[in-house]
Amino acid sequence: MGRAKEKSGPLARRPDNSAFKQQRLPAWSPMLTANTVLPFFYLLSVVCMLLGVWLLLTVQSTQEKKLNYTKHGDCNLCFEMRQNVSNAGQTCSCKVEFSIDRTFKGDVFFYYGLKNFHQNLRRYMDSRDDEQTVGRIKNLKSPSVYCEPFQTVENEVPIAPCGAVANSMFNDSFTLTYHTAKGRDVPVPLLRKGLTWYTDKNIKFRNPKTDNLTLAQVFEGTRPPPFWQKPVYELDPHDPINNGFINEDLIVWMREAAFPNFKKLYGILNRADAPFTNGLPKGNYSIDISYNFPVQYFHGEKEVVLTTLTWFGGQNHFLPIAYLVTSSLILLMAVVLTVAWWKFGKDGKNMKD
Amino acid sequence: RKLRANDREYNRSFKYATNAIKTSKYNFFTFLPLNLFEQFQRIANAYFLVLLVLQIIPEISSLSWFTTVVPLVLVLTVTAAKDATDDIVSTFHNISFWICVRFQVWWCLVRLRVRCEPPNNRLDRFIGTLTYGGQKYPLDNEKILLRGCTLRNTEWCYGLVLFAGQESKLMQNCGKSTFKRTSIDRLMNVLVLCIFGFLVFMCTILAIGNYIWEIKNGSNFTVFLPREKDNKEGFSAFLTFWSYIIILNTVVPISLYVSVEIIRLGNSFYIDWDRKMYHSRSDTPAEARTTTLNEELGQIKYVFSDKTGTLTQNIMIFNKCSINGKSYGDVYDYTGQRHDVSEPVDFSFNPLADGRFIFYDHSLVEAVKLENLEVHAFFRLLALCHTVMAEEKKEGELFYQAQSPDEGALVTAARNFGFVFRSRTPDSISIVEMGNERSYELLAILDFNNVRKRMSVIVRSPEGKLSLLCKGADTIIYERLHQSCSKLMDVTTEHLNEFAGEGLRTLALAYKDLDEEYFRQWKQRHHEASISLEDKESQLDELYEEIEKDLLLLGATAIEDKLQDGVPQTIEQLAKADIKIWVLTGDKQETAENIGYSCNLLQEEMNDVFIVSGHSPEEVRQELRNAQNSMKPDATVNSLLFPEEMGKSVNVIKDEVADGEYGLVINGHSLAYALESSMELDFLRTACLCKAVICCRVTPLQKAQVVELVKKYKKAVTLAIGDGANDVSMIKAAHIGVGISGQEGMQAVLSSDYSFAQFRFLQRLLLVHGRWSYLRMCKFLRYFFYKNFTFTFVHIWFAFFCGFSAQTVYDEGFITLYNLMYTALPVLGMSLFDQDVNDVWSFQHPQLYIPGQLNLYFSKKAFFKCAVHSCYSSLVLFLIPYGALQDTVRDDGRDLADYQSFALLTQTCLLFAVTIQLGLEMSYWTAVNTFFVLGSLAMYFAVTFTMYSNGMFLVVPSAFPFIGTARNSLNQPNVWLTIVLTSILCVLPVVTYRFLLIQLCPTINDKVQHARSPTPPPPPRRARIRRTSSRRSGYAFSHAQGYGDLVTSGRFLRRPAVSWSSGFPQVGRTTTGFSPMGRSAGYSPTGRPQNPKVADVEGTSLQMYRTMTDPPL
Repeated sequence: MGRAKEKSGPLARRPDNSAFKQQRLPAWSPMLTANTVLPFFYLLSVVCMLLGVWLLLTVQSTQEKKLNYTKHGDCNLCFEMRQNVSNAGQTCSCKVEFSIDRTFKGDVFFYYGLKNFHQNLRRYMDSRDDEQTVGRIKNLKSPSVYCEPFQTVENEVPIAPCGAVANSMFNDSFTLTYHTAKGRDVPVPLLRKGLTWYTDKNIKFRNPKTDNLTLAQVFEGTRPPPFWQKPVYELDPHDPINNGFINEDLIVWMREAAFPNFKKLYGILNRADAPFTNGLPKGNYSIDISYNFPVQYFHGEKEVVLTTLTWFGGQNHFLPIAYLVTSSLILLMAVVLTVAWWKFGKDGKNMKD
Repeated sequence: RKLRANDREYNRSFKYATNAIKTSKYNFFTFLPLNLFEQFQRIANAYFLVLLVLQIIPEISSLSWFTTVVPLVLVLTVTAAKDATDDIVSTFHNISFWICVRFQVWWCLVRLRVRCEPPNNRLDRFIGTLTYGGQKYPLDNEKILLRGCTLRNTEWCYGLVLFAGQESKLMQNCGKSTFKRTSIDRLMNVLVLCIFGFLVFMCTILAIGNYIWEIKNGSNFTVFLPREKDNKEGFSAFLTFWSYIIILNTVVPISLYVSVEIIRLGNSFYIDWDRKMYHSRSDTPAEARTTTLNEELGQIKYVFSDKTGTLTQNIMIFNKCSINGKSYGDVYDYTGQRHDVSEPVDFSFNPLADGRFIFYDHSLVEAVKLENLEVHAFFRLLALCHTVMAEEKKEGELFYQAQSPDEGALVTAARNFGFVFRSRTPDSISIVEMGNERSYELLAILDFNNVRKRMSVIVRSPEGKLSLLCKGADTIIYERLHQSCSKLMDVTTEHLNEFAGEGLRTLALAYKDLDEEYFRQWKQRHHEASISLEDKESQLDELYEEIEKDLLLLGATAIEDKLQDGVPQTIEQLAKADIKIWVLTGDKQETAENIGYSCNLLQEEMNDVFIVSGHSPEEVRQELRNAQNSMKPDATVNSLLFPEEMGKSVNVIKDEVADGEYGLVINGHSLAYALESSMELDFLRTACLCKAVICCRVTPLQKAQVVELVKKYKKAVTLAIGDGANDVSMIKAAHIGVGISGQEGMQAVLSSDYSFAQFRFLQRLLLVHGRWSYLRMCKFLRYFFYKNFTFTFVHIWFAFFCGFSAQTVYDEGFITLYNLMYTALPVLGMSLFDQDVNDVWSFQHPQLYIPGQLNLYFSKKAFFKCAVHSCYSSLVLFLIPYGALQDTVRDDGRDLADYQSFALLTQTCLLFAVTIQLGLEMSYWTAVNTFFVLGSLAMYFAVTFTMYSNGMFLVVPSAFPFIGTARNSLNQPNVWLTIVLTSILCVLPVVTYRFLLIQLCPTINDKVQHARSPTPPPPPRRARIRRTSSRRSGYAFSHAQGYGDLVTSGRFLRRPAVSWSSGFPQVGRTTTGFSPMGRSAGYSPTGRPQNPKVADVEGTSLQMYRTMTDPPL
């Protein structure tokens, strides 16, 4: 408004004749006409149909075995025992048996699943300290207040890793055994590595700088979360590198699930040796469970899932079916629109002024 | 109030207002605190301040403080910047205004004292006393000059300033300067309140949900997540309520208000920039002086227009004439085709000619030069029969002071054709006839009035010939013609019809020679009648009637009342757009009516034009009722019921439809009654039934009252347009005031919201800019609410899965930037560039304007539709990602169903869905729009990848916990298939619904857009509207009765600035014994100077006119 125009003369205040100022910018004005909408609908319907069928076939090609072991068989005893908090220190194991009808071809993934466990509660999710788990010494010694009430134990001793998320870490462990047709028991080798996102393992979670100290020395002066039996630097007794904040089980747990029912990766079938080079052969299996995690508090359930994967992920029928439903919806709409257009709009009678 | 002249100290002791008028609000130092204070008074900003406080409480804070602070600071900054510029601009205007009203101060050593009434707004009344030398003199309205007055007939006068600045009557009459808000603004406020209500309601529901969940599940979960300080469920629910208030705050988006301001500003700039609203002759571009009312321009239902200077240029031009059966004025070439352009006539032969007068028909001037007697008689009549005053400051520089511009035009025409009216005294008129000075004795003026519609003079030529010269409305003159001219009548009638058909104002001229003896008798009777006490008027009328008969027709004149360019077309266009135009003018009824016809407002085809001019409330009421009954014969019952209805609760009068087209003309004195509270509804009903309404003789305040009346009872948007100081009140009263930046000073412009140079720009302002602004604003609001509701509602669905714990669905960074960055520019781009059809089509189909008047594009209903649509979209946007991710893993078996991936997926789906929705809304994709849309999406990905990058995380781990999420989930086909599916499902119903609407019940927009596609826009029509009307104008449209009396009384004859005796040489005047008596007459105490009779001289005499045997060349 306060522009000072340098021009003078009779037309000094004449506005510029630019396409922008005169609102004459060249433009494309699309319209919803029968010529564009109807073909588009039919085409979209066909595309969705094909996509849905393809996805469905892909999903059908995967195999999955789900076992709810919450109160399964002798696990019921453990379930009962865990109901009492005073027994928390005692170990309890149970065994679940199952069989596979068809060979699980290719990579087989072993998941543990929880139902009705709300990892997505706001206060729960906030109760962690990313600065501590990324290895900041300062936060190791004085964790963020967000970890409250799992920030420190008595006498201001810091908890590492602090917070409700770490404290509630799933601590059942599983041993999968293959019972061959000849009656031989073959332990199924599970890789307990490569379970996490690369970024989590390498960037988001780091141990504090060791400077030639052992992990135990680094974590000196901290306490493990109250529910843990072992300190964080002894989580994996078999692999010393897989300890501290970069323990994969911890990282997997710390990636909070979006919904109360979720499954998390426990291990991947090691296909190095027979008879598992092609995957999981058909036959009878059993899982030895060290039953530690109490679920009765939240009316939860625990399960293990064995599954093969495709490019599309695991056995989730939702998207294929959704695509097929959408496809038929579009087709229905397209037919309705065609009829409407044929009856009313085609001859342009309504369009006359 | 007391005043003393030249006594500064005394006057100061009263603290009267100075003449400066100040409207700026801030200065440099007070700006920041004052502006912030003012901004936080706005409900929305205050709300966000409260939110910010809530977020600081850790138990409640479901979002980080920056999600609110960043937008708030941005909004406050933008608004403050805008306020600052506005303030600077208004200060600038003040200064210029001050300069143009500065008074010249004269010092005079007079000891005067004035006592007068306190400042008020009555223009027609003033009471005071002036004390001078111990003597008291009354002061009344006749003796004061109002601010803005122009001195006529004198160069200067002595005065004493009584009221200045805000206290002047004019400023008092300006009406309160109220802050104008648009109806969309008001609706928005209502909606925001509704949203608040909805927000509280939803949060309550969610808090109850939380309570139930805490009892059922949460209490069991306390092992893993102990309650803080052992809070009970109830308290947890209470905290959840506030947490959800914070999370769902985006339903009342803070950026809404600032975006609205930006859009309005942009659309205002388009008005400033529009070349088609630039008037090159006066070098005036259109100006949007207010930047907050644009969309209201697209909803105007009533236009109140001033007449003079707004519809007309107030210039009358002698255009054509018919003399003795021959028509002059049109130029034909050899083939008989009419020419539009040719050389104007050269009047250089006449040293007294007015250089501005232009005439194209050379044959007329040739006829004059050939001394055609009829032509001479014609112009002599024009030079003699009028009430114009002449002023000759320097020799040869004549200035006419015509009370009506028509007369001025006629006398000027005569002047140029060699019959120069030079001066008059009460008893004589002196003219220069083809270079010869002649003085005619003026024996009587038979004055004009509305009934007579003619005026006559009786003059004695220098040769002693006595004649009556008459001009008047053709119908009236024709009734009084001698039979001998019946043939000439036929020819002239033809010409008159032709003239009237072209919208010219016609007059017939006739004369008659008088018998000396008869006239002496008549004069005697006239004298007796004029001194008789009873029934003087009718006696005089009878006398006039008696002498004005058996006239001989001379010809007819055609005057063009120069309407501004394009006024009839504009009015026709606006009428097609269903905009009602009311003309409110201070002019007389005839003038107003005539203009009404010539600018297409009143039409010959109208069933009836009602004229209300009653002088008592009963009369006026009856006239209004009669009009109502004839327009809606079946509505009688209704109007009988009316008083009861009206008593209590008539808030809005619905539009009614009359069975035909009608016009209404109401007089100022009747309007005064009609505007009384007992009758205003009757008046309004009647007026609204009519297609055109003209109020004449109205005062400035009445103008405002009429506007207020319509505003009060009609739920319609009003616009007032005017150019003069007397339009200021109306301009301020109307929803939108438009000032014509023309000749009449700047008062109207200064109080207006928009200003431009020509009335015809109004159609572009309304039909193009207004319509687009409205359309854009509505599209913006609909889309804006849609995108924010959709964004927010997802949280509600997620609440059912996260134990009502007030967990957000999206990343906090996304929440902060969603409105500011990811979706701001595309929607702003749409609201600044969108056009459903271009300007040519908007003009071609003025009906496109109607949806705006009916509030179709954005209303509570439209808002509700938005909310339902959002509800659907948000369900899709939550459920599809939920279904797709639930129990799903990446293709390498790792996590994909984690919260962070879900958040990323949902927000990406959301962004795609709302962007595609925007694409559906947008009907005008410029390169800029495309850039904005694609750029925003690109920006989203760029920002997301940056925020989720290793570097950012390692700098501040706690602020960027989403590290790696983008890389790890956006490479999954699963995720992209979900995005595509949600997009399809969000768009599908919209496209279907719109397509069905277009097919089944297309709106006018659809039709025009449909018509647009195959054919190029038609060329704009240039055809001139031809009136086929046979109506002819009445006489002297803006003539006032009684002006003749003033002329003959000599009261109005002022002394010219340059005295004749000194500045005007006697040479060159054919002395016929004439001396400048008029001057002395002006000063004679009796007002009746003794005028020496002009000696009878032989020569041409008037009687020669009539015996035209051989036709002129």
